[in-house]
Amino acid sequence: MLEVKNLTFKVNENGIERSIVKDICFQVGDGEMLVITGPNGGGKSTLAKVLMGIEEADEGQIILDGEDITSYDINHRANAGIGFAFQQPPRFKGMTVDKLLSLAAGRKLTEEECCALLSGVGLCAQEYLKREVDATLSGGEMKRLEIATVLAKPHKLCIFDEPEAGIDLWSFSMLIQQFEKIHNKKAESLILISHQERIIQMADRIMVIEDGTIGAIGSRDEILPTLLNKGDSCACMNRQ
Amino acid sequence: MATLDQITQRILKQIDESGFKQKGAFNLRHNGIALCHGDSEHIKIKKKTDKQGIDIYIDGETKGEQVHIPVVVDASGMRDEVYNDFYIADGADVTIVAGCGIHNSGCNESRHDGIHSFHVGKGTNVRYEEKHYGEGEGTGTKVLNPVTKIYMDEDSIFTLDTAQIKGVDSTVRETEVEMGAGSKLYVIEKLMTHDNQIAESNMEIRMNGEGSSAQIISRSVAKGTSKQVFHPKAVGNAKCHAHVQCDSIIMDHAEVSSIPEINARHLDAAIIHEAAIGRINDEQLVKLRTLGMTEEEAEGIIIDNFLN
Repeated sequence: MLEVKNLTFKVNENGIERSIVKDICFQVGDGEMLVITGPNGGGKSTLAKVLMGIEEADEGQIILDGEDITSYDINHRANAGIGFAFQQPPRFKGMTVDKLLSLAAGRKLTEEECCALLSGVGLCAQEYLKREVDATLSGGEMKRLEIATVLAKPHKLCIFDEPEAGIDLWSFSMLIQQFEKIHNKKAESLILISHQERIIQMADRIMVIEDGTIGAIGSRDEILPTLLNKGDSCACMNRQ
Repeated sequence: MATLDQITQRILKQIDESGFKQKGAFNLRHNGIALCHGDSEHIKIKKKTDKQGIDIYIDGETKGEQVHIPVVVDASGMRDEVYNDFYIADGADVTIVAGCGIHNSGCNESRHDGIHSFHVGKGTNVRYEEKHYGEGEGTGTKVLNPVTKIYMDEDSIFTLDTAQIKGVDSTVRETEVEMGAGSKLYVIEKLMTHDNQIAESNMEIRMNGEGSSAQIISRSVAKGTSKQVFHPKAVGNAKCHAHVQCDSIIMDHAEVSSIPEINARHLDAAIIHEAAIGRINDEQLVKLRTLGMTEEEAEGIIIDNFLN
């Protein structure tokens, strides 16, 4: 279970202090899927980075399964059980896909294990295993590989920052199936940042972040109709 | 079978990854003399009579065979200059595993200058692997100055895979390639310097025959106060295609210069050069840290893979 208490993150812009995340409190239960949505620039990705330790919180507490991880750096949080899929994953010259997956798993994966991970995110495994994670991979391929790195080992909590961005429709369906599979197992808590209706519909609960604060939080049935009713004026929805 | 001491065995492990065995065609040069050598049905190694070195004759029936010719120097103050000439007959398919390791436990300079020439026949497929490595607790420097000359006949394929792993205080590499019609050259040069080491690599590829093509990839990591200078030159004398790519990671107080030269002397010569020098990307470090690695571990992984 993740407990976030009074989390605040500030930046200093030209001598002026500005809060990007303002005094946020929420929880994600064991096996629960929380989808965070909201307008661009509202603070969703920053919140995710603060949870992973990529950005350091100015105030507040982050507790994972009763363990206060607020002071942990990135790798300690990873080892405490948090997985993180980047919105724009970096490329690595010289590193092969199978090597990256083994690093993500924390052990040498067999060819079969790598293939299963890649197939799960819609990549034709044999073609990719020995390819380098460099500029020869497209943005969509990088995104799918990024998701595979998070699925390479079990976590207590997985955070996916806009997993759908840059992914074609066919792969998107496979991705949805993957998330459903993980969600159905109820073994891992999931936080997905998304604007995508199909992802939002999978949520147990939805949290809307606007201007660094929680605009709304509640069950899917409670929040989803309010998002849909906003129609064209709602910047957080992108219906396909 | 010759008995090899521990230092020699350890160095061989570094410079000959596929494993040096006294089987097939091989020649182990140790402190300036051939410690052991063997021929195979298709590959014959002959000692030169006029100077230090060997002639290696690879016949046209050679298919997928390896020849191992490592050099180990562990006598401090040793200066070894050796000439190895390879004659690869039309149609041969061979992998040549060379490399030199220096163990210097004394205070004098140990140096090995390997001058290699390759006479590559028509339609051959040659892979040449060369690793350089230095070690030893002494203050004496470890110096390696290789010269590689490759003469490629029509439709031959040559892969030159060189790596300077670590521990080499000073190196000046000279590489010259003459390419015939339809020949294909692949060069992968990997180099790591640390402390106050110096490395210079000069390369000139001359594409003389129509349809020749070359791909040169150079990757380096410079740490400490080390200095590296790269000067790859691709010359197009005919309808040809070449791509030169130099990437360096710079760390600490190191210095890297990349001075590419592309020279087209034919209307249909297409030559591209890309060069980049930069520090380790922060986003890469953060990604690996989200997988549970410390910053130091992540840095090591990025460098190892970059030079892989």
